Amino acid sequence: MTIADTRPAPGALRRRAFQPNWRQRAIWLGLAAYVVYAGSLLDITWARFVTGLSNGSRFLGRMFPPEFTRWEILLEGLVESLQIAIIASVIGILLSLPIGLLAARNLMPAIVTVPARALIAFSRSFHPIIVAIIFVKAIGFGALAGILALILASIGFIGKLFAEAIEEISLKQVEAVRATGASFFNVVIMGVLPQVLSRFIGFSTYQLDSNLRNSTMVGIVGGGGIGGTLFSAFQRFDYDFVAAILIAIIAMIMIGEVIAGWLRKSFQ
Amino acid sequence: MRATAIDDTGAVGEKAPTADGIRKGPRKGDGALVVRRLSKEYQRGVPVLKDISLDFPRRGVVAVIGPSGTGKSTLIRCINRLVEPTSGKIMLDGRDLTKLRGSALRAARREIGMIFQEYNLVERLSVIENLLCGRLGYLPVWRVWLRRFPETDIAEAFSLLDRVGLGDFATRRADALSGGQRQRVGIARAVMQNPKLLLADEPTSSLDPKTSVEIMELMRDLAAERDIPVIINIHDVALARRFATRIIGMSEGSVVYDGPPDELEETHLHQIYGAGDREGGWIG
Repeated sequence: MTIADTRPAPGALRRRAFQPNWRQRAIWLGLAAYVVYAGSLLDITWARFVTGLSNGSRFLGRMFPPEFTRWEILLEGLVESLQIAIIASVIGILLSLPIGLLAARNLMPAIVTVPARALIAFSRSFHPIIVAIIFVKAIGFGALAGILALILASIGFIGKLFAEAIEEISLKQVEAVRATGASFFNVVIMGVLPQVLSRFIGFSTYQLDSNLRNSTMVGIVGGGGIGGTLFSAFQRFDYDFVAAILIAIIAMIMIGEVIAGWLRKSFQ
Repeated sequence: MRATAIDDTGAVGEKAPTADGIRKGPRKGDGALVVRRLSKEYQRGVPVLKDISLDFPRRGVVAVIGPSGTGKSTLIRCINRLVEPTSGKIMLDGRDLTKLRGSALRAARREIGMIFQEYNLVERLSVIENLLCGRLGYLPVWRVWLRRFPETDIAEAFSLLDRVGLGDFATRRADALSGGQRQRVGIARAVMQNPKLLLADEPTSSLDPKTSVEIMELMRDLAAERDIPVIINIHDVALARRFATRIIGMSEGSVVYDGPPDELEETHLHQIYGAGDREGGWIG
């Protein structure tokens, strides 16, 4: 109040540097209340957690030592997963380049961007596992279903980010290329792509990474790869073999991440 | 390509051979540009250009001066149709540029080089690639995609790069250059088009005074060597006086002075920039 008193106009409101934001406070409060309510509905109690812990320790105990004697089956699954990931990435990246371009609203008329955006939104609306289930039902068990599922996932991810990257480019550079009398495709090649290529490569390597992860999972629903091996090991309570598979997957993902990072560097 | 040439033949029979894109050394400056009753409204009822009629000479440097927002940039962009005129005619070599569409428009654009205030180089391309961008109007997509530019274009690009003093910078990325160097690349890119006409939109506004003079000298000399007429938007009256063979003064979308630099008097400048006490400080 002393501050207010020293101000020239008596009765003027004291200035506040930080206005209270009642709406945000209400949102936080509402969220907290919902978490407590949903938890009570789902019977999440401390006792339930403690029983779960003892179960978990028994399970972990049966996983050790990991059993690597069946390494041939393991390797076969891993190689198939790797193939699924790489094939799906290559095709997905190649397809998302034109689709992303068609979806960029600063280059294309609405008649083109709306269907392209709808395709991307459709590709993004389901988790790869759901898509894989659909493809397994449609075309049968095997790697092809997994590949198709991951292609769709790649289009959704890269297509969307690539379109957004194009929408952020400098149009001055594009205008200059257009002013030379270049055709539309020449403008795209020399005026647009150089501005977004490094980001496109970034998205692509992230997607490769993510496809590698997902390729280990599509097998669970019959889409080929190490996931199938993992699932059957689970069902046979072969927990030491499960541990071996998990360790192998971790190793593959880590190596994949290193390779993706290296690719990213070499192309930029 | 062929269809374009036929169109051209239909419109202006004698000029057909120049429109088929075959280069035989630097073309002689036959870029007679005529602007008739040109108007442009971005918003209905708010004209930026008001009924402009001008005749540009076949050679020499024409400076268009005037305060910012007076339509200089719009005028220049109407010529190569980066901006669509609302009404009026723009005739280059007897052909009305405002009527062109599609490939005929692109064929006309490649004969008009443009130099930009902020250089507008493709930052992530190398200097030599930026120069070769000047040839894009002449090349099919596959050549550009595979970077298979014709040997003659590449040789021309290197010799122009030497000419603008950047011979050692060919493979540097454009974003590694200084402002003055970038504008040199911008000029070289425009000249690579082998144009009949050069347009420059405030080419020195982003540069320091010394570099500005160098850039103006380079444009004037290159244009003279290749006999290309130049139209320069510029707000710096001193530079315009020094380099132009003719000055066009614009104010609020209309031409208020058109004549040689030495007849441009203080009263004209007041008319162009408004009667202020801006002693020598003609801020664009």
